Amino acid sequence: MKSLAELTELKEQAEKKLRVRKSSGKPQIIVGMDDCGIDAGAREILKKFLAEVNQRDLDVIVTQTECSGQCDQEPVVTVQLPEESKVTYGNVTAEKLEQIIEEHIVNGNILEDLKLDQ
Amino acid sequence: MEQSIYRSHILICGGTGCVSSGCKEVRSSLEDELARHDLEDEIKVLETGCHGFCEKGPLIIVYPESVFYCELKPENMEKLVEEHILKGKIVEEFLYQEPVTNESVRSYKDIDFYKKQERNALANCGHIDPEEIEEYIATGGYQAIGKALTEMTPQEVIDEVKDSGLRGRGGGGFPAGLKWQFASEAEGDKKYVICNADEGDPGAFMDRSLLEGDPHRIIEGMVIAAYAIGADEGYVYVRAEYPLAIKRLRIAIEEAEEYGLLGDNLFGTDFNFDLHIKEGAGAFVCGEETALMASIEGKRGMPRPRPPFPAQKGLWGKPSNINNVETYANVPDVIQDGAETYKQVGTEGSTGTKVFALTGKINNTGLAEVPMGITMREIIYDIGGGINDGKEFKAVQIGGPSGGCLPEDKLDLTIDYDSLLEVGAMMGSGGLVVMDEDTCMVDVSRFFLDFTQSESCGKCTPCRVGTKQMLDILERITTGEGQEGDIELLEELAENIKSTSLCGLGQTAPNPVLSTLRYFRDEYEAHIYEQNCPAGACEELLGAYVIDGEACVGCTACTDACPVDAISGEAKEEHQIDEDACIACGACVEKCPVDAITQ
Repeated sequence: MKSLAELTELKEQAEKKLRVRKSSGKPQIIVGMDDCGIDAGAREILKKFLAEVNQRDLDVIVTQTECSGQCDQEPVVTVQLPEESKVTYGNVTAEKLEQIIEEHIVNGNILEDLKLDQ
Repeated sequence: MEQSIYRSHILICGGTGCVSSGCKEVRSSLEDELARHDLEDEIKVLETGCHGFCEKGPLIIVYPESVFYCELKPENMEKLVEEHILKGKIVEEFLYQEPVTNESVRSYKDIDFYKKQERNALANCGHIDPEEIEEYIATGGYQAIGKALTEMTPQEVIDEVKDSGLRGRGGGGFPAGLKWQFASEAEGDKKYVICNADEGDPGAFMDRSLLEGDPHRIIEGMVIAAYAIGADEGYVYVRAEYPLAIKRLRIAIEEAEEYGLLGDNLFGTDFNFDLHIKEGAGAFVCGEETALMASIEGKRGMPRPRPPFPAQKGLWGKPSNINNVETYANVPDVIQDGAETYKQVGTEGSTGTKVFALTGKINNTGLAEVPMGITMREIIYDIGGGINDGKEFKAVQIGGPSGGCLPEDKLDLTIDYDSLLEVGAMMGSGGLVVMDEDTCMVDVSRFFLDFTQSESCGKCTPCRVGTKQMLDILERITTGEGQEGDIELLEELAENIKSTSLCGLGQTAPNPVLSTLRYFRDEYEAHIYEQNCPAGACEELLGAYVIDGEACVGCTACTDACPVDAISGEAKEEHQIDEDACIACGACVEKCPVDAITQ
């Protein structure tokens, strides 16, 4: 270790690997993962979200939840930005997934046309 | 693509407590289940040091939800993975249940055991992988030594530690900054820093847990001390009975060397520091600093008179600074956050926190870090969950074999170095052994004397012969052979041993006897003058049982239970116990449905 700056750089790199252990105050992508979701391909959607978050180096929590009762709309994905209300999207595909990340997570714009009524 | 970021981390407690309750089997079952569901790329499993809540092990925390599962078995993993990890459903049945309300608690932060704690030294224990230096660095690790080396002079480091009020956590409570000042001012071409990890008090395991859970914090504290006093070499003296602590410390030292955090020219300065491990063979006396240094030198672990103190003539005759594990664990925070912030916690004379090992007749055994100035009642009842099996509290033994037993009327005492000394106990290393109504206080002091007597190194007469005499008297009293004058003789011996022994072992060995005589003298008197053990613990003093004829319903349950056929009587008629045949085993008492049998 040659300097404090080198250590700080290493710290920032290392912190990324521990991001998942601090979830409060972070954007969350919550994938419905009950049997209905899994049957509709939610596992693949979750993996793609995770890969996308990794690739873009985003500090976003990707997690899953039980059935929300909208089984016919699965895969269902909820986006929760800090201090904003939850927005739920239905029939999420790989294509829609990229839109959700790009528009909603990165730019903070809700995709009104994909949004499900609560 | 390299999966650098996982969606979930599963942290398994891998402290010695959880290893013995089966965490290794739980981990391998968990990994099998994750593989079966093809989840290995999404979920990272890692082993941490002690969470402190050993009573409820094996423990798991699942992130990002921070769900705390406890008392897990390998066969539970199938359900845990299928429900929680795959589908996101929290498995209620594996959550911790508050014993009073029976409510399930999701996050460990909401469990009473953790609520009143202030985990600073233990901040990372249970939350990082101790075998992964980058996890320590991610939490801000090694920033303090970087700051000290590049922005502070050695004297500024010493002044900061002095100003923080940090006192030695190993027992004596000597101000750490002052100790560093002495070692810094001592003349010498070579100096050493030493970490005392020879934790020997029965029931104490805080140093072991710190080394197992966050070894880099100890290393960082030692490097800071070395810079402050001008040492370039150090030793961690750790007992060989702590194999996991040694293993993790060894890995940590190798990693620190690899990352240039130990070795030459740290942070681009001309400061060099090498660290070694010395395994001790587990003699209690080697926790005494001069005996410890003799042991590192390869000599028999025996103390020598002080002065000269280690700061003047320490290891191999060179100026040395020796602190306990927990003391070093506090140092990075003092330097990183500053003395003013550090002092915000604790009392004026005792700043910061203290880690206690809770054991004995208490519901929540484990490790608790609390602010100095907390009361004993808060530790035992709010954190410890009170006494086992609904029994009555009788005493708490604090400070190990050098400490004392405190009775119920001292429960509201605020805990700091000085208040404990005033009531005849001491902080010690932080062992707390809780005792209930069934504990005989004479027997407790016999137990501790038996320990110190057998651990006495034999170099000085008061300790070698004196403790043996005291032990003989205590053994006599607990077996019904106590004589008039025994109490006075114990007191006289105790004072002599305290004032004339060579080292701390002998000087404090009589403390358990003196404190029990101070608070529970009536129990000693009952043993000697009435041949009675009020707690019913000393077997040889237990009298025969008698049946209350009016209460007896003649059910014959006791007759069947008695192993020596000492009970006679027809069914539905009054029964009698033959006093001469009765061995006072108490088997009949347990069976009697109407509580008609007493001693």
